[in-house]
Amino acid sequence: MSNKIAVKIDDLTVAYNYKPVLWDIDLEIPEGVLMAIVGPNGAGKSTLIKSVLGILKPIAGSVSIYGKSYDKQRSLVAYVPQKGSVDWDFPTTALDVVTMGTYGSLGWIKRPRQKQKKAALEALEKVGMLPFKSRQISQLSGGQQQRIFLARALVQDASIYFMDEPFQGVDATTEIAIINILKELRKSGKTVIVVHHDLQTVPEYFDWVTFLNVKKIATGPVKDIFNDDNLTKTYGINYKVSIQE
Amino acid sequence: MDIQDYFSLVFTDYTLRTITLGTAILGAVTGMLGSFAVLRKQSLLGDAISHAALPGIAISFLITGAKDSNTLLLGALVSGLIGTFWIRGIVTKTHLKSDTALGLILSLFFGFGMLLLTFIQKQPNANQAGLDKYLFGQAATLVESDVWMMAIVTGICLFVLLLFWKEFKILLFDKDYAKTLGFNTKAIDILITSFIVLAIVLGLQTVGVVLMSAMLLAPAAAARQWTNSLATMVFLAAIFGAFSGVFGTAISASQNNLSTGPVIVLVAAVFVLISFIFSPSRGLLFKQIRFIKNRRDLELHKTLAFMYNIAETHDDISHPHEIKILNSFQGYTKGTLKKLVEKDYVTLKGSTWSLTDEGFKSALNLYNQLTRNDE
Repeated sequence: MSNKIAVKIDDLTVAYNYKPVLWDIDLEIPEGVLMAIVGPNGAGKSTLIKSVLGILKPIAGSVSIYGKSYDKQRSLVAYVPQKGSVDWDFPTTALDVVTMGTYGSLGWIKRPRQKQKKAALEALEKVGMLPFKSRQISQLSGGQQQRIFLARALVQDASIYFMDEPFQGVDATTEIAIINILKELRKSGKTVIVVHHDLQTVPEYFDWVTFLNVKKIATGPVKDIFNDDNLTKTYGINYKVSIQE
Repeated sequence: MDIQDYFSLVFTDYTLRTITLGTAILGAVTGMLGSFAVLRKQSLLGDAISHAALPGIAISFLITGAKDSNTLLLGALVSGLIGTFWIRGIVTKTHLKSDTALGLILSLFFGFGMLLLTFIQKQPNANQAGLDKYLFGQAATLVESDVWMMAIVTGICLFVLLLFWKEFKILLFDKDYAKTLGFNTKAIDILITSFIVLAIVLGLQTVGVVLMSAMLLAPAAAARQWTNSLATMVFLAAIFGAFSGVFGTAISASQNNLSTGPVIVLVAAVFVLISFIFSPSRGLLFKQIRFIKNRRDLELHKTLAFMYNIAETHDDISHPHEIKILNSFQGYTKGTLKKLVEKDYVTLKGSTWSLTDEGFKSALNLYNQLTRNDE
């Protein structure tokens, strides 16, 4: 971890209709961390990611990636949406979905060529899905679909990765495979931000954590701030999590 | 005229050729664009657009007083586009779901269109007769310039489709992700929707307001059954659409001039039906066959595994056993035993059976596979 700030969020407020989903969020994410965003349902975790990525338009506030606006730094950022956000019966193959990760660098009109295809195959290899490259995506298991999404983000070869619940609905083997890839990304200096639900695994998987419940409750190193006090503040009930040292 | 006459006349008779070409091109372009509508789960959008086009036809007649089809269709295009963007507006600006918005705009515009049509009919003007052909379509009114128009629009549509293929695909599959990659999803969206509106408006004269959406959906729904590739699906949908147009026109022309629109739609429906039943991977028929076959295979494997467990207790795996003991195994039937013999897994001798080497090996494999999967 260096002292550089990868993502800086200032006074971010987002609302659907009248109710604020995120209220006045200030957040600095240092370069090179593997960070979990935790909070109850409706806390605005996905909304936070989507606002940073420009999918949602905030009411107020600003976001910068390495000091510049997201529009200028797009190539540095990759996104893994929630698996349930797309129709997996779409007529396409695993390789084709992963190749979509190269579309951003290709820009308008240009078609993916050998170079892009090769990158996509390498990403499939990394997530252990190479044997399934020609498989229709509806014929993949939930865990395999999640790996495809991860591979698509890996193809983007970004510096910062945003992932929306990558462990949702996957089996233990896939979960381990995914977390190993995330740890590898961190090792090579990338910043990884993950919306996460399973509090038990936070200390084991992550080194940085942000507690979120409409407002930012706390952010910092897991070893310093992942405690009952912050959990209670975030989840509203007297939350006791047994952290294995 | 029977169908045979039709096909011998189609190359020589000017009118028939014009109509056939027109419906074929129309079927191809609506099938192509329909694939996108279906995959976006906007199947009903076509219905709303075609109904929304009706007041445009009536209004442009009221303004110009002419029945020139291009003028009327221009009106249809404008009101179709207005309807479409109102639907989008309602969905984004209110809490209403898209099906509600579609239904609302569809009935509102159609009601207004019908009102105008009745108003026009009551006017003392001999020219108004025939506007109601836009309700159910009348392919017989197609002239060469209409067909040229369709061909040009189809050409442009094909060009745009090829040019922005990648952008269309990613928008259809994962819009939010496309946005993060820097694509202007709104622009792609508007582009594709505009082409859908254009294709629908082109078809109003032939197929009519009421049935036009079927032209959009049926070929695409049929095509989806045969392929898992977007490109193939779009291509197949175009082919199915074109054939629906040709066959529909042929039937309608040969059977006492049945109304062309409904016949084309029915032919398209036949394509859908055949595809739903007979497609190899998604069709009902093969699904059922696969289901039965899998069950049989499982029965066979179960029986083999049972025999393996008995044979295992002896040093000699080919040691003969009474067939009777198999009766205590629930899945046992004479049929499965016969199959095992056919496969050379088992030999029979009088009232006894014994496993062959091959049968033993195959059972062992089965066993290993099962235990591996359990891990």
